[in-house]
Amino acid sequence: MPDVDVDVDVDSEVEQDLEENLTEDDRNEAEKVFAKKVEIIGGPPAGPATLEAKDACAWFGDRLVLEGVDLIMPKGKVTALIGPSGCGKSTFLRLLNRMHELIPGAALDGEILLDGDDIYAAGTRAQQVRMRIGMVFQKPNPFPAMTIRENVLAALKLARLKCDDKDTLVEQSLLRAGLWKEVRDRLDSPGGALSGGQQQRLCIARSLAVHPNVLLMDEPCSALDPTSTRRVEETIDELRGEVTVVIVTHNMQQAQRVSDLCAFFLAAENQPGMVVEQGPTDVMFSTPTDPRTLDYVQGRFG
Amino acid sequence: MNVVPGTVVEDPPVAEDPPAPRERTRRVITEVPSRADRRFNQITMGAGISVLVLLTLVGLFLMIQSSDALGETGIWTFLTRTEWRTDVTPARIGVLGLLAGTVLVAVVAVVIAVPLSVFSALAITEYSTAKRRKWLVGVVDLLAAVPSLLFGLWGFLYLSDKIVPISLWLTQNFGWFPLFKTSEDASLTGSIFIAGIVVALMVLPIITSVVREVFSQTPPGEKEAALALGGTRWGMIKTVVLPFGKGGIVGGSMLGLGRALGETIAVALLLPQVPQKIGESIHILQNGGATVSGFIANRAGADEFTTSGLLAAGLVLFIITLGTNMIASVVVSKSRSGAGVDI
Ligand SMILES: Nc1ncnc2c1ncn2[C@@H]1O[C@H](COP(=O)(O)OP(=O)(O)O)[C@@H](O)[C@H]1O
Ligand SMILES: [Mg+2]
Repeated sequence: MPDVDVDVDVDSEVEQDLEENLTEDDRNEAEKVFAKKVEIIGGPPAGPATLEAKDACAWFGDRLVLEGVDLIMPKGKVTALIGPSGCGKSTFLRLLNRMHELIPGAALDGEILLDGDDIYAAGTRAQQVRMRIGMVFQKPNPFPAMTIRENVLAALKLARLKCDDKDTLVEQSLLRAGLWKEVRDRLDSPGGALSGGQQQRLCIARSLAVHPNVLLMDEPCSALDPTSTRRVEETIDELRGEVTVVIVTHNMQQAQRVSDLCAFFLAAENQPGMVVEQGPTDVMFSTPTDPRTLDYVQGRFG
Repeated sequence: MNVVPGTVVEDPPVAEDPPAPRERTRRVITEVPSRADRRFNQITMGAGISVLVLLTLVGLFLMIQSSDALGETGIWTFLTRTEWRTDVTPARIGVLGLLAGTVLVAVVAVVIAVPLSVFSALAITEYSTAKRRKWLVGVVDLLAAVPSLLFGLWGFLYLSDKIVPISLWLTQNFGWFPLFKTSEDASLTGSIFIAGIVVALMVLPIITSVVREVFSQTPPGEKEAALALGGTRWGMIKTVVLPFGKGGIVGGSMLGLGRALGETIAVALLLPQVPQKIGESIHILQNGGATVSGFIANRAGADEFTTSGLLAAGLVLFIITLGTNMIASVVVSKSRSGAGVDI
C-alpha cells in the first residue's frame, strides 16, 4: 500500500527533526526543571485517574445520539476512540468533562465515574470536574490577545488557583507539550501569533498546567501538518503514566501509534451511536471479533 | 555600483539567448451582473447617496442661515464666548457655555449608560436561554422606541424629585470632588446630573445593541476553552468576552455619546438653560446648565438675528456629532474584524 510508505517516510524525517531539536544540554536542563516540584493550591489531586462510563447516553433535544456506552479508560493509559464521522465520539468525549451540558437542550443518562465518583453527582460542580479533566479541541483555540505565558497560566486565573512558582510551571508545561524550545525567547508575545501546530501545543500546555488527572483530546491533529502531528504524538507518549489520555482520531496509524486501548464507535443510519467493540489496540487492529471493526480499521468504510 | 574612472568594465558573459517570450493575450474577465443584482445595486447606491445628499443639504442650510450671526460676531469669538445676550446692542452671543453644558450632560449620560449597557448585553448574550434572550432584546428595543419627549416629561415630572436624595448623598459624601460640590442654598433639581440620567436612558438601547452585537461574535472556541479549563461563566466573560468586545464597547459608547450630544427636548425641560460660565466652577449636581439643543428648543421663534445665532450653535453641534459618530463607526468596524487583538 503506497499509504504506508508515505507514512514511514514522514516518520523518519520527523524523527530526525526531533532529535536535532533536543540536544544533550536541553535534556539535562529539562530534567532539572522537572525535578522542581510546583505546588498548585486548590488544584486537582496528584496523579492519573481512572475514568469509567456506565451506560452513558446523550441527547440533543429529543434526539438520542449516543446509547449505552460502557467503557473503562484506565489510569495512565491512552485510550483511542475511533469511528466514522457523526457516530458520537465528540459527544461522548464532552460527556466525560461536563462540556455536553453547555449546549442548550442537551441531556444525558448513565454515570461517568472519575476514580469511582460520579462526576454528575448532585453537589459536584462542573468547574471542579473540568479542572481535573482537561480538554484539547480539534481547532487550536489559544486566547489570541494573551501572551504565551498568560495562556499557559490562564487556568490558574480562571479557576482562581494559587501557585508558588509560576515561572517553573510555565517552563514545565511548555516542555511537556514540546513547545518550550520554540517559544522560550518570546513568552511575552501574543499566543495568536504562533503557527497552527504551535498553537495546538500551546493549548496542550495550557491544559497540562493545572496538572489534570485526565486529558481529553478531540482530533487534536486534524488541523496540523505532519511534523506538528508527530510532536503532539510524542507528547502523548510522554504523558503515558502521568495522565490518563482519551483521544479521538480519524487517523488509524495514529491510533495504532499512540494508544494502548481502543474503542470503536458506530452509528447505523438514524440510530444512536454505540460502542461496537473495545479492547487492546493491537488486538483491535489485528484480530477484532466484529467484522465491522476489521472493515473500518482497514479503511474499507467510514 | 560606482565605476572607478579608467577601469574597463567588462560586460558579463552573455548567456544564451533566453527563449523568446510567447505571445500572450491578456483577457480581463468582467462579471456581468444579473438583472436582480443590478437592480439591488442601484437601490442600495441610491439610498446611500440620498443620505449623503441630505446630510450635505442640512449642513449647507445651517451654514447659510448662520452666516449672519457668525459674520457679525466672528467665528472665533462665537466659538470661545460663553455669554449669550441678545438684549444688548450689539448682541453678544457665543456657543462655548452651551457646548460645555452639552458635553457635560452627554458625558454623565454615557458614564451611567455604558456599564448598564454592558451588563444588559452580557445578560442577553451569556446568561439567557434562547427564549429569554428574545424577550430581553425586545424590551431594550422597546426602550428605543419611546419618544424623547416622553422621557423628558417623565424625567421632569417624576424622576427629578426622586434623584434629589441621590444628589444630596453624592454631594455630602463626595463633595471634595470638584464636580460634585454644591453651594449652600442651591436647589438640587434641574441639574446636569438629572439631565444626564434621563439622556442615559435614551442612549442605553443603542449602546446595548452595538455591544450585544460584538459580544455575540466572540469565537465560540475561545469561550469553550475558558470553560473547559475550569472557569466559571463570569471568569470566561472576563478572560474572553470582554477583551474581545473591547473595541465594541468603546465604539458603542462613542456612538451613544454622539446620540447624547444631540438629545433635545428632555434637556430643554430639565435644565434652566442658563449657559455655563467658564472660569466659574462647574457643579453638575445643582440647578443650572444649558445645552445647545435644549437652548435652541427653548428659544425657537425669536428675532432673525437670534435665530441665526441659534442655527450657528446648531451647526457647531452638527459638526461635533457627525465627527463623534464617524470615529465611533470606525472603531466598531475595526473591532469586529480585529477580534480585539492588538498585535
Ligand atoms: N450541538 C449539537 N446539536 C445537535 N446535534 C448535534 C450537536 N452536535 C452534534 N450533534 C449530532 O450528534 C451526532 C454525533 O455528533 P458528534 O459527537 O460530533 O460525532 P463525531 O464526533 O463522532 O463525528 C451527530 O449526528 C450530530 O449531528
Ligand atoms: Mg467529532
